[in-house]
Amino acid sequence: MHLDPLILSRCQFAWVIAFHILLPSFTVGLASYIAVLEGIYLFTKRQIYFRVSVFWTKIFAISFGMGVVSGIVMPFQIGTNWSRYADATANILSPLLGYEGLTAFFLEASFLGVLLFGRNLVPRWAHFVAALMVALGTLISTFWILSANSWMQTPSGYKFVDGQFFPVDWLAIIFNPSFPYRFAHNVVAFYITTGFVVVAVAAYLIRKTKHVEQGKIMFSMTLWVLTLLVPLQIFLGDLHGLNTLKYQPVKIAAIEAHWTTEKRAPLILFAIPDEKTESNKAVLEVPLLGSIILTHHIDGEVPGLKQWAADQHGPVAIPFFAFRIMVGLGVIMFSIIIISLYLRARKRLMTAWFLTLCQYAGPIGFLAILAGWVTTEVGRQPWTVYGVLRTAQSVTPSLTTSDVLLSLAGYMIVYLIIFPVGIILMGRIIRKGPAEKIEKEAIEGGQSSSPITTPPEYTS
Amino acid sequence: MIMDFVPLWTLIVGAAVFFYVLLDGFDLGVGMLYGFAPDRPSRILIMNSIAPVWDGNETWLVLGSVGLYAAFPLAFAIIIPAVYFPILVMLLALIFRGVAFEFHFRDAAHVTFWDRAFSLGSLIATFAQGIILGAFIQGFNVEGRHFIGSSWDCITPFSLFTGIALVFGYGLLGAGWLILKTEGRLQATARKQGRYFLIGVLLSIAIVSIWTPLQDPDIARRWFTWPNIVYLTPIPIITAFIAYFEWRVLSNPRWEMAPFIGAVGLFWISYIGISISLFPMIIPHHFTLWEAASSPETQAFLIVGTLFLLPIILMYSGWSYWVFRGKVRSDIGYH
Repeated sequence: MHLDPLILSRCQFAWVIAFHILLPSFTVGLASYIAVLEGIYLFTKRQIYFRVSVFWTKIFAISFGMGVVSGIVMPFQIGTNWSRYADATANILSPLLGYEGLTAFFLEASFLGVLLFGRNLVPRWAHFVAALMVALGTLISTFWILSANSWMQTPSGYKFVDGQFFPVDWLAIIFNPSFPYRFAHNVVAFYITTGFVVVAVAAYLIRKTKHVEQGKIMFSMTLWVLTLLVPLQIFLGDLHGLNTLKYQPVKIAAIEAHWTTEKRAPLILFAIPDEKTESNKAVLEVPLLGSIILTHHIDGEVPGLKQWAADQHGPVAIPFFAFRIMVGLGVIMFSIIIISLYLRARKRLMTAWFLTLCQYAGPIGFLAILAGWVTTEVGRQPWTVYGVLRTAQSVTPSLTTSDVLLSLAGYMIVYLIIFPVGIILMGRIIRKGPAEKIEKEAIEGGQSSSPITTPPEYTS
Repeated sequence: MIMDFVPLWTLIVGAAVFFYVLLDGFDLGVGMLYGFAPDRPSRILIMNSIAPVWDGNETWLVLGSVGLYAAFPLAFAIIIPAVYFPILVMLLALIFRGVAFEFHFRDAAHVTFWDRAFSLGSLIATFAQGIILGAFIQGFNVEGRHFIGSSWDCITPFSLFTGIALVFGYGLLGAGWLILKTEGRLQATARKQGRYFLIGVLLSIAIVSIWTPLQDPDIARRWFTWPNIVYLTPIPIITAFIAYFEWRVLSNPRWEMAPFIGAVGLFWISYIGISISLFPMIIPHHFTLWEAASSPETQAFLIVGTLFLLPIILMYSGWSYWVFRGKVRSDIGYH
């Protein structure tokens, strides 16, 4: 492969954003979960909710910090490696990002300090409000950033003059055709991801017969939430797909490795797409199911890539396999909740083998989210703004190959240190489990159980 | 009728950048001073003085960069790639600094590594920002709407010097913050460190004030021709007053908030000086603020929300600072 600033910048952006998305995938759900726990504690005054909340807040602190530092990289990426895209899209996308900062980032960042360190310093209701504000901030942030990404996928409300986009209708820009579906599908994905992590941690605690009471509270409650959310997510994913078929048909064709437009199309389960011959090898397919799933009609027409010139679509194999991985993981998630319902009916929810299964299924949401984003972003290629601005036209013109090699190496090395360390440290908190009892009532998350008093020489 | 929002946006982006410099300035400064702390309990107190507020502070960096992108996107698209490597280094340093808060507390086996990550990360991020400042003052090679020239052009003797200058500046802000938040031996050390940094800052202001017009005839003309030279004499006079004030309060144990205020004052007057030198150019020698601005519809759409939201943000940020007011308590924060 020929290395140039474009391909290296693609790799760099993929690297930094893939790592970054892992964090909000967890912290959005976890912020809400902590707010719920704090709320239940505030109203019921039951100590066990306090202890579980303190436990998760310690984990939250680490992951949120990692989310912040990897997030700060992102607006600068747009400038450093994609300056032509920045110049072209600024009029449309910059206010969306601006409002994300103004309505979400400041909210979550400011109240985070109180959430982590302020339990001793503010009334209990104020600490609960702080938790709520952090959770709200994460959701508002998701709204704006997905609006921006969705506009890139299904641009609307604009005019394109001399290589620059200009806004015509802000409501059409923000609530562009794919936004509602992408937003719903992503938020539910975030909650499902956190849900499986909580279930895994709870299963671990129960299996090790440590802090079993806390574990049981987490396990059953969260599985109920997942029982609602996983089928909902499948439904939302289907709607998202129908919307994509309407507005980005070439992306559907690539996801399905479908070369010839046809009705009564099969569903290709496995294939090796060959872009040179515009056909698939080693095909394993189910007849008719393609049209049924993609269009909800047996006679529905599924687009084929040969309808477009080769430079109008991106790589086929990547979105094809990424999508199948995501759906496969969804099937596993669905199976887990079906099993949980069966076991509940038998009053044997916490049997040993199911606990083990749940424990190892912990990371499943993260993998599904990565697979889904690869599908949608690689599927959007060769466009940064679908149908209008190409990725090749978006890259910063002043960069050389060595420039981007250096920066890519820098990001890779640093992320490969920071992220594993963060995961290991969170793992240690999990293995220790929530405290059995905490001596002082109001203690902020992150503090050890015996406060250190000020040594004499540090007072005047 | 579309209003001209450029002056208002200039104020807002300018204020956002200034707030960032003050807020992250003091916590990066504290991070640098952390490296000089004599023992672990001191380090813990120093880190806890900024632990609850650093995240909100760093959010102004996002606001400043996104604000630049929103209001002056041509400037964003030219400046950011032109300072490719200082930005890379700044971001990597900020990553290490940011995670060090939690990691140094939770990863006891490698606490020295994370201590170094915290202090060196703060130092390197500051130095990189100073280089960006110097490169910004010097200007960039532009053709059409693009930066041409190499990603290394921004590394010059002048920008390396402004890098060092900013280290002194943030160090002074950090010392001011520690004087406010600590007592006894830690406070006395911060006062001493503050005096050294103040000397560094004043020398830097003097050198940059001479070097900038020397390398740029337009700027020299603005400052040294009649009648401007009369209108602008207050600037060095005010600087001298603030410098004297700062020197006195750093040494006087009765003044605890004044050293931080004095440091802010020095930043404020330097900021005004740079603005006077450059206005109305946002890309020196090439584009004015108006030429680099986004479409009026964009500026209008964002200003509505911004004018409403900024006061609210300032209010709850202020509340957050008020919650953590007073001297650093050993039971609030990390242990």
